[in-house]
Amino acid sequence: MSDSHGSAVVSGAHAGIQDAAQRELRHHFVDMQQQSNTASLGMWLFLVTEVMFFGGMFCAYLIYRLMYFKDFAAASQSINVSWGAANTAILLVSSFTMAMAVRCAQLGKQKLLVVFLLFTMLFGAAFLGVKSKEYYDKYKEHHIPGANFNFDDGKLLGHPEYVINQRHAEMFFSIYFAMTGMHALHMIIGLGLMAYLIIASMRGKFDTSYYTPVENIGLYWHFVDVVWIYLFPLLYLISRTKG
Amino acid sequence: MSENGHHVVPVKLYMLVGAILLIFTGITYGVALIDLGPLNTIVALCIATFKATLVVLIFMHVKYTSEKLTKAVIFSAIFFLGLLLTLSLADFGTRAWL
Repeated sequence: MSDSHGSAVVSGAHAGIQDAAQRELRHHFVDMQQQSNTASLGMWLFLVTEVMFFGGMFCAYLIYRLMYFKDFAAASQSINVSWGAANTAILLVSSFTMAMAVRCAQLGKQKLLVVFLLFTMLFGAAFLGVKSKEYYDKYKEHHIPGANFNFDDGKLLGHPEYVINQRHAEMFFSIYFAMTGMHALHMIIGLGLMAYLIIASMRGKFDTSYYTPVENIGLYWHFVDVVWIYLFPLLYLISRTKG
Repeated sequence: MSENGHHVVPVKLYMLVGAILLIFTGITYGVALIDLGPLNTIVALCIATFKATLVVLIFMHVKYTSEKLTKAVIFSAIFFLGLLLTLSLADFGTRAWL
């Protein structure tokens, strides 16, 4: 920290003591708590922009769903709800392991921290695995919007006489792939961040005074989970009854 | 409390929250198969909001944060999302009146 004029930092470096607090405290912060609170607030502000980013897509979804309700219901019924429910459970468990990882970081349990981060990564990867299986099914059924889109096999549960508007069903799938695709992209970025956290914690970058990256990537991971909590009922469960 | 003043949540609470989240995922699935008419969507969204609130308060530590600014930021996110959705719907819903 050559740019620092803080005497504590300099004397710490001279004494050869290199705990994370002395290494990581930037000179424009009073102490680690202030630095940590600032980083947390910055992360929350970023998450607000993410809320608005996904919010735009939720808004588009809402309006098209109101306009083309029956076609949206039929298209939603063609998605396998069991895989979606299983994926919801997988993601919730990954959020639990992430919360446990942050807890281990708070208590300085470095080995358990790595274990929980690995579990979080594993569940995240499992989620993406299920998602790609679902995408592949949609590919085989020609339900991906574009030149080869075909929803002739679609039926509205309880209303066999209803003729589904192909373009309206295609709109559902456009929104489905845009929203779940953006969500999956966030998961992929999350896996990259998890890999970084695992390497950094194995190298001893964190201790009880400094674990801001674990905490903030944790916030990101939970946020992505919250988005899915809404995507699951809105995309998979528009109408699953004959009513 | 950990060294930098952050609240350490007991493991049991995390496990309880995790279990509630999984149970309510099952309930959402189950309720969706019962015909409640328009109530189906409302129930599904209420359960989703309940689950999201649990994640934000417990897993994301908002319940324990000492920083009031964080809460203000979260409320502003909810407020502006609400603004986006209600004004868009007000526009969409009243176009036939013209």
